[in-house]
Amino acid sequence: MAGGVVRYRTALAALVPLAFVGIFFAWPVANMIGLGFADGLGGFAEVFARPRTGRIIALTIGQAALATVICVALGLPIAHVLYRLRFRGQRLLRALVIVPFVMPTVVVGIAFRTLFRGTPLDGSFLAILLALVFFNVAVVVRTVGSSWEALDPRQEEAAAALGASPVRVFVTVTLRRLLPSLVSAASVVFLFCSTAFGVVLVLGGTMFGTIETEIWLLTTQFLDLRAASVLSVTQLVVVVALLAIAARARGRSLAQKRAARPRPIRRADAPAITLTLLTAVALMAPIATLVLRSLQVDGQLSLHNYAALGTTGSRNALVVPVWVALGNSLAMAAAATGIAVAIGLLASILLSRTPRSAWGRRALEVFDGVLMLPLGVSAVTVGFGFLITLNTPPFDLRSSVVLVPIAQALIALPLVVRSVLPVLRSVDSRMRESAAVLGASPLRVLATVDLGLARRPILAATGFAFAVALGEFGATTFLSRASQPTLPVVIYRLIGVPGGDNFGMALAASVVLAAVTVAVIASVERLHSNAVGAF
Amino acid sequence: MKKNLAIVAAATILLVGCTPTETDATPTLVLVTHDSFALSEGTLEKFTEQTGIEVEVQAGGDAGELANKLVLTKDSPLGDVVFGIDNTFASRVTGADVLLPYVSGDVTDAEAAYLLPDGSGGEYLTPIDSGDVCINIDHAWFAERGIAEPRSLDDLVKPEYKDLLVVEAANSSSPGLAFLLATIVANDEAGEDVWQQYWQGLIENGVKIAASWSDAYYVDFSGPSSEGDRPLVVSYASSPPFEPAGATGVMLDSCFRQTEYAGVIAGTKYEAEAKQLVDFLFSPTVQNDIPENMYVYPVNSKATLPEGWDQYPVPENPYSIDPAEIDANREEWLAVWSAIAQP
Repeated sequence: MAGGVVRYRTALAALVPLAFVGIFFAWPVANMIGLGFADGLGGFAEVFARPRTGRIIALTIGQAALATVICVALGLPIAHVLYRLRFRGQRLLRALVIVPFVMPTVVVGIAFRTLFRGTPLDGSFLAILLALVFFNVAVVVRTVGSSWEALDPRQEEAAAALGASPVRVFVTVTLRRLLPSLVSAASVVFLFCSTAFGVVLVLGGTMFGTIETEIWLLTTQFLDLRAASVLSVTQLVVVVALLAIAARARGRSLAQKRAARPRPIRRADAPAITLTLLTAVALMAPIATLVLRSLQVDGQLSLHNYAALGTTGSRNALVVPVWVALGNSLAMAAAATGIAVAIGLLASILLSRTPRSAWGRRALEVFDGVLMLPLGVSAVTVGFGFLITLNTPPFDLRSSVVLVPIAQALIALPLVVRSVLPVLRSVDSRMRESAAVLGASPLRVLATVDLGLARRPILAATGFAFAVALGEFGATTFLSRASQPTLPVVIYRLIGVPGGDNFGMALAASVVLAAVTVAVIASVERLHSNAVGAF
Repeated sequence: MKKNLAIVAAATILLVGCTPTETDATPTLVLVTHDSFALSEGTLEKFTEQTGIEVEVQAGGDAGELANKLVLTKDSPLGDVVFGIDNTFASRVTGADVLLPYVSGDVTDAEAAYLLPDGSGGEYLTPIDSGDVCINIDHAWFAERGIAEPRSLDDLVKPEYKDLLVVEAANSSSPGLAFLLATIVANDEAGEDVWQQYWQGLIENGVKIAASWSDAYYVDFSGPSSEGDRPLVVSYASSPPFEPAGATGVMLDSCFRQTEYAGVIAGTKYEAEAKQLVDFLFSPTVQNDIPENMYVYPVNSKATLPEGWDQYPVPENPYSIDPAEIDANREEWLAVWSAIAQP
């Protein structure tokens, strides 16, 4: 009887995330794809007969896979240094690593091209790869780092005491336990890279067309919805296949009882620290270029570009001063973070349960996959889907300002789930049982055991979600209202309008966006370290 | 009983009278436009002062996205008036029943050149602004080296101008497409496919293809506000006024004219008011405000240009093509171009 009630409640709780993703993602996307198949499925044969199509699919998967491998290889040692060791300036470094993630692609594209101009890198495939790594290495560092931080170090100590070499300890003990979060991070990076748009276009031109750039071209320039739908379905198939492989590889993490305390630096950490420093320098090079250029006016050092942020740009480039746009950005990102964290937590709690029936486990796996899909589907398809779908009450939202945080939350949601879920899954069910035996109500168990243990990853995920929402451009520019632009939209506008202070202002505004991100993440990190005292 | 009925009837009339209808005293019109739309503060408010009609602006996407948005939402329109459909996308919109036939009655013979041909949007679209996409020249670069500046499209394939030109990709940038169209028209008389040989020549002569305007202008172009090393860039005729006086100029024989239009969206509840807004966009109030905000020229012959704008020559015979021809050939031209320029 009680089991029945629990199951009923579980199903009800699952409805909230499902309804959110269903209404604001699946329904619009299905409508848009359906439009392309209005005359039947003949498009498949035709599109796959084009020689271009095979090349585009291969290139999409190839560049995303390569970039993911590089991100994991670089991200792992950095996560160790930033989350397992203890040193001064660590908090700032953790916040700095995330800066590339929120930088507007149009600005980073210019920074990269300025660095690469005149070298064989300019316009090359390698340039695209480097930029993809630049944007996404933070995903690995943060996702893996926050669960590494929660690993009980006694197992490593035991293995070492029994005579295992450091490499062996790392591979057999540490890596094995990090695998769930590592696979989580890798799949998120792969999805981001396979749907990357601005970077690919700016650095490679349409020479290195991917599925994403091709869908954009077909939908916005040619209105060839038939071919666009074929590619959207292809994109979905690739994403679902990847998620299935990831789910299998991820497995279930092992039970954890105690979190680690960060330890001081040892000599053996030297290689990891060197790599971290080198990567930090490489990540900061394009950003340093931007900062330097933002401080220059006619070759002279000047704060003029920053002073100009209080204006609407030369020749009225903007509707509102840049500071007002920053305010809009913060408000919308806060709303988006609220939505993403609330729904993501609910979903993560559900996903961390182990249903007894095989059917229930399968249902959870599908549920897990559905939440990830928004990262893997073209923003153009979602955006146009919104326009043709959300046009009747109660979802007549096309002109509503709430659509912007909703779209941002859709993109932040998978990151929340992927950061929190590995830790929730690693909670020893015996702890829950003990609490229940001692008389705690199910809600109390949830609040004290599950959420208590997952506190650090939840905070980390909140900061990350905020950063994602703050930097989101693709969906935001499509949906935002002219009178309430966000900072990335304003930066894009400034850079597209020639003359006067506009270019300098765009650079200064990008630096401000980066600084605000660092400030927000650093204050979340501060909460984070205070939280350690709680247990 | 009769009295009761009267009360009910009166109440009904009142209720009906209160619900918004087509004759509502102050309707709000939604103006759908692209992300480059801008007017000075207070300009649209003058329309509200004159007519009592409020205007809400919905801006987003480029000109291509705007056109496609209208086509895809024709069953539940996004707004009442559209501004920003250009001549490269006009026939897509006018061929799809998304606009009501209306051209402002204020358009005179002086502006007739901007009207589209019938069948290509002539019945639906009122011209609002116009700008030319032209090759911009960094004068100092050529002066320092004592090299003569190129004067025509044909010069660009000559060896003395090797590795000097940067253009935008025609399939990801609107000025890039405009330049491709210019080369197609320019070579049209010599034969249908001659433009392809011309592009082959440009490629052999080291043309650089950037993804977007900002990329080409700020990274590759050698002009004062850029750091690049190429003195020739595809940009706008209105770009030189934004550089230090006389630093850059326009190659007049390379220009393609882009004209932007406004129209009434089919399905609007406020047809009469929407037509008033189209008229307002064509009126000197808006037209005088356009150059400083959107960096293009007003089409209305009664508009006055801001100070300094008349110092810069306007191309007299820019290239142009019938929008219907553009729409019919766009995919094929871009596919052929892409095969040559992005193998």
